[in-house]
Amino acid sequence: MAIKDTVIQVKNLIAKYGDEVILNNISLDVYAGEVLVILGGSGCGKSTLLKHMVGLAAPSSGNVFIDGIDITGCDTKTLHNILKGIGILFQSSALIGSMTVAENIALPITEYSLMPKYSVDMLVHLKLRLVELEGFENYLPSELSGGMKKRAGLARALALNPKILFLDEPTAGLDPVISSEIDELIMQINRRLGTTIVIVTHDLDTIFTVANRVVMLDKNTKGIIAEGDPKSIRDHSPNPSVRQFFKRNAKLMDP
Amino acid sequence: MKKPELNRSEFYNISGNEPGVFTVHFHGKLDVRSSAGIIKELIPEINALSLTSLTADLDDVSYIDDFGLILLIELKKAIKNKNSSFGMTDTRNMAENILSLNESDFDRSPGSAKPKKSYGVVIRFGETVIKSASNFKILVSFIGSVLFSFYHVFRHPGSLRVDDTILCMEKTGVNAVPIVALISFLLGLVISFMSSLQLQQFGANLYVASLVAIAMVSELGPIMTAIVVAGRSGSAFAAEIGTMKISEEIDALFVMGFDPTLFLAIPRILASVIVVPLLTLFSNIFAIAGGLVVGVFILDLTISSYISQTIKVLTLFEVVWGMSKSIIFAILISWVGCLRGFQTRGGADAVGNAATSAVVSGIFLIILFDSMFAVGRSYWR
Repeated sequence: MAIKDTVIQVKNLIAKYGDEVILNNISLDVYAGEVLVILGGSGCGKSTLLKHMVGLAAPSSGNVFIDGIDITGCDTKTLHNILKGIGILFQSSALIGSMTVAENIALPITEYSLMPKYSVDMLVHLKLRLVELEGFENYLPSELSGGMKKRAGLARALALNPKILFLDEPTAGLDPVISSEIDELIMQINRRLGTTIVIVTHDLDTIFTVANRVVMLDKNTKGIIAEGDPKSIRDHSPNPSVRQFFKRNAKLMDP
Repeated sequence: MKKPELNRSEFYNISGNEPGVFTVHFHGKLDVRSSAGIIKELIPEINALSLTSLTADLDDVSYIDDFGLILLIELKKAIKNKNSSFGMTDTRNMAENILSLNESDFDRSPGSAKPKKSYGVVIRFGETVIKSASNFKILVSFIGSVLFSFYHVFRHPGSLRVDDTILCMEKTGVNAVPIVALISFLLGLVISFMSSLQLQQFGANLYVASLVAIAMVSELGPIMTAIVVAGRSGSAFAAEIGTMKISEEIDALFVMGFDPTLFLAIPRILASVIVVPLLTLFSNIFAIAGGLVVGVFILDLTISSYISQTIKVLTLFEVVWGMSKSIIFAILISWVGCLRGFQTRGGADAVGNAATSAVVSGIFLIILFDSMFAVGRSYWR
């Protein structure tokens, strides 16, 4: 087997809020072209890990490398250059409220590519088609439903065809049909564009459908307690709390 | 982003065997980095050629995404504009793949989106009238809701959120003391200095004290304090309640059985009514102190003569008049601040608009009511 390219490398990361340690000594590699799911119970630091991986938060110690560049030590300009190759879907979609959906998506395109105006409109249209939101170009985010906001956020994250896509709870709060559509979309993007995708979620359906590999964080050890193929972890993990998570058992019911 | 360095031979070359028949061989990656640059170079070049047909050859393309697709669409459009024919060689279906991912067809152009509605003057005027009418309705119903809540609090004093009220008093009152004191002190300084320039000519130095006392206590003290409070607290009320509104916190309160007016507006209005007159008192004292400094150091008055003149000229009526006005101002500022908060709809910019509107309407109401008081007083006396 060929050695897989590592696009993101997290090395001995320690994250703290004040004095409270959220993540203790996390090391993690993300390989090119894979769909990696970071999972774990509520409050285990999944979103914190994501924030550190894209440079939104500075770690107490440890490093994060994207394409071999240490983003914890580099200057803002370098970080911005790296982030141009990264798309992020935030938990609350984070669409700019004063701009229409089309303007939100066109924002990175007009800023970072030299496309003529007509082509930008066309691209926005294509992106919206991709997430099945055509016809909503001129809506304000406040006029959209939760699922539509999420899809518009995804379209914006995909605007510049990023090499790496981070999705923070892409299916949280959405109905099963839309959730599975989004799962399908994630797989398509991964397959056809070869995008590396990192997903933070605890939606089991999403995990089993899209994940090539999962990394499970734990609230008590503040570290990684399981890593690998989701199905084999579910069935063969030596750690009972990991099996419990995958089988949706309540704590008391665990034998 | 650094502009992509476009080396012509890096992405395409044009060849033609027969006159008018050309082929564009693309190679490399047609993606987000290269496509825009290629469009800028290639389209003028195509336009300059006299051609009858053009074939885009994608067989050497290693990667194509929707930005590359746009490139092909632009190319096709340019050819069509010249009434020439366009063809594609795409044996590996590179473009086809990206098209199917986008579920789009090649000839489709954007513009199917519902355009933002734009109406004529009459309809917009009508809309504005309807909007103003509904705003007026909200305004009246909010007055009613506040009065009703106050009545409720009067009947059931236990329903008042005392902790919130005290916190509000601290934010609106105590924290505003330094800025109110400073502004008033400087204002007193300025008034006495400016008036002394005139009054000195008549040898009427002592009357500077009267002027500062009357002007500040009955007019400027209440107004300056109210304007500072409108800027500090009126906007804060609007922003806080507006944010709660757009994040559905107000709905949550309502569903839990709380009256949002009783829960949010009453503590703020009550706190303002209590602290604004006190702030006005501070304002008066500091303004007189400012006048005193000028009187003593520039006009050679003694401290005792300045103070006794101030006391002599200030009647109880003037003081009560100023205080009553500041109570009215407090009600207006906090009421309009809460109203703008509750009226907030939309996103982050709506909260900003609410805060702005709270300050503007607050100051307008202060000045409006102050003029009404001035007119009323001149008829009354």
